[in-house]
Amino acid sequence: MMRPVAFGVVGAVAVAAMAGPFLVPFDPAIQDLSHRLAGPTLAHPLGFDELGRDVLARLLVGARISLFVGLAVVSVSATVGTAVGAVAGYAGGWTDEITGRLMDVLLAFPGILLAIALVAVLGPSLMHVVLALVSIGWVGYARLVRGQVLKVRELEYVQAARALGASPWRVLFLHVVPSTTSAVIVQGTLGMAGAIIAEASLSFLGLGVQPPTPSWGTMLDAGRSHLFDAPHLTIFPGLAIAVVVLGFTFAGEALRDHLDPRSAG
Amino acid sequence: MLRYLLRRLALTIPVLFGVATMVFALIHLVPGDPAQAMLGESAADSDVRDLRTRLGLDQPLMVQYQSFLGGLARGDLGTSFRYNTPVSKEILARLGPTTALAVVAMVVAILIAIPLGVIGALYRGRVVDRAAMTLSLAGIAMPNFWLGPVLAIIFSVELGWLPVSGSGTWRHLVLPALTLGSALAAVTARMTRASLGDELRELYVLAARARGLSRARVVLAHAWRNSLIPVVTIVGLQLGAVLTGTIITETIFSWPGVGRLLIQAITFRDYPLVQGCILLIAVTYVTMNLVVDMVYALLDPRIRYQ
Repeated sequence: MMRPVAFGVVGAVAVAAMAGPFLVPFDPAIQDLSHRLAGPTLAHPLGFDELGRDVLARLLVGARISLFVGLAVVSVSATVGTAVGAVAGYAGGWTDEITGRLMDVLLAFPGILLAIALVAVLGPSLMHVVLALVSIGWVGYARLVRGQVLKVRELEYVQAARALGASPWRVLFLHVVPSTTSAVIVQGTLGMAGAIIAEASLSFLGLGVQPPTPSWGTMLDAGRSHLFDAPHLTIFPGLAIAVVVLGFTFAGEALRDHLDPRSAG
Repeated sequence: MLRYLLRRLALTIPVLFGVATMVFALIHLVPGDPAQAMLGESAADSDVRDLRTRLGLDQPLMVQYQSFLGGLARGDLGTSFRYNTPVSKEILARLGPTTALAVVAMVVAILIAIPLGVIGALYRGRVVDRAAMTLSLAGIAMPNFWLGPVLAIIFSVELGWLPVSGSGTWRHLVLPALTLGSALAAVTARMTRASLGDELRELYVLAARARGLSRARVVLAHAWRNSLIPVVTIVGLQLGAVLTGTIITETIFSWPGVGRLLIQAITFRDYPLVQGCILLIAVTYVTMNLVVDMVYALLDPRIRYQ
């Protein structure tokens, strides 16, 4: 029952992000100080922020940023990770050894610490957030694909392709890598949730999207100063993050059950 | 066991070396001149030159690297640009609060997770299981930078039971520990449910029941103990989440720990302090993973004979 809901949530967020300006007739940047911190009304269902801007309009622009970061981080990480993991797993030897050690070092940094460090030195911006998250994100895909390639490269159809004289690159990218696609798609869907939370975390810490551009993380950070007088500034962006993260998590699990039933829990 | 220990230790050394190298490289990723970035665009040339000399940035890269590693070996992490004191001193002063927060959060997580997981495994598929798992899923989906303020709204603003932020008494620790512990509890509860559920399907459980042992005795004396190994592992692996979680949680609740120090250091472009904090967190993580592997090998002899 949760699966259609999960895909529904993901679809609804995508539509809302794209059609945001048409759904809400308010400019997310226009300030109306007379309504500063005002709570929800019928015309403004999520109320106003500390500068009198419509919270719903800003939340929809924030959805666009969250989805952009999620898609950018997942697609670049998956591409780089798949290429590195496939080459390392297929080539073996020192190529695999060097890649393995590099991945060990990157995995030695817990969670988004390395991303925090990178954004700290590069400076806060949306592009640096994507770059930082990709720099840690590709490792998961590389490990996944490497493991799959190690199994697949010994299968008979791969050996047959080699025996027929196909070049290593042809065997790898035409016969071996396609068999890892399902696992990568599942990981990518689950990775969307991780990337969205990571972007919001960095923005919350002041290291991501910079004001006045609305991001769910910066909105939560701004809401922190108004816990007493305007709790709606904290509640709604957080709910948006939780719903989207749950949507992608359930969608990822449903895809895994469908594409890779053996690993289903 | 000793052979396993030595092998595992030998594998950790290059990783630590790599971590140190990466942290060293960080300061050199700063666009343009790091000294200029620290002082700002309007700084006088002489000040920038002085700072470059002080940080050793005027030396060749290999010399800088050697001196960085030499400093690390002596426990010298450099001098904080903002406080003008040794970085290690600033970090040490905040290690206590961070450790207290991490330990209490882990305890909170275990106290929430184990009952939820056990209930889920014993009553799999029933309403109580679904409620427990929905609760744990909510814990996974709720980022701690949202849960923290929401808990503050409920317990500080509405009920007035606990302080919103700060430190000094045990009451200040409650909300940060609850915030940090909830996410960990969610993952651990799901692992406990899965692990205990698997054990309950084993034949020895059926045999014990057939011999007339009560369900409670079978669960508590047999299945529960066997299901603990993956749970211990996941609790250990959660340390990474705890360490990064402290950065955000300490920032939310103004808890005076290493995480908050790191964010303040980033704000003030105090790169030596940023380097020190990141190095400390990463090395702690690697070391704790090593300890978890050792404990795991102690608990499960199959690991050390692989």
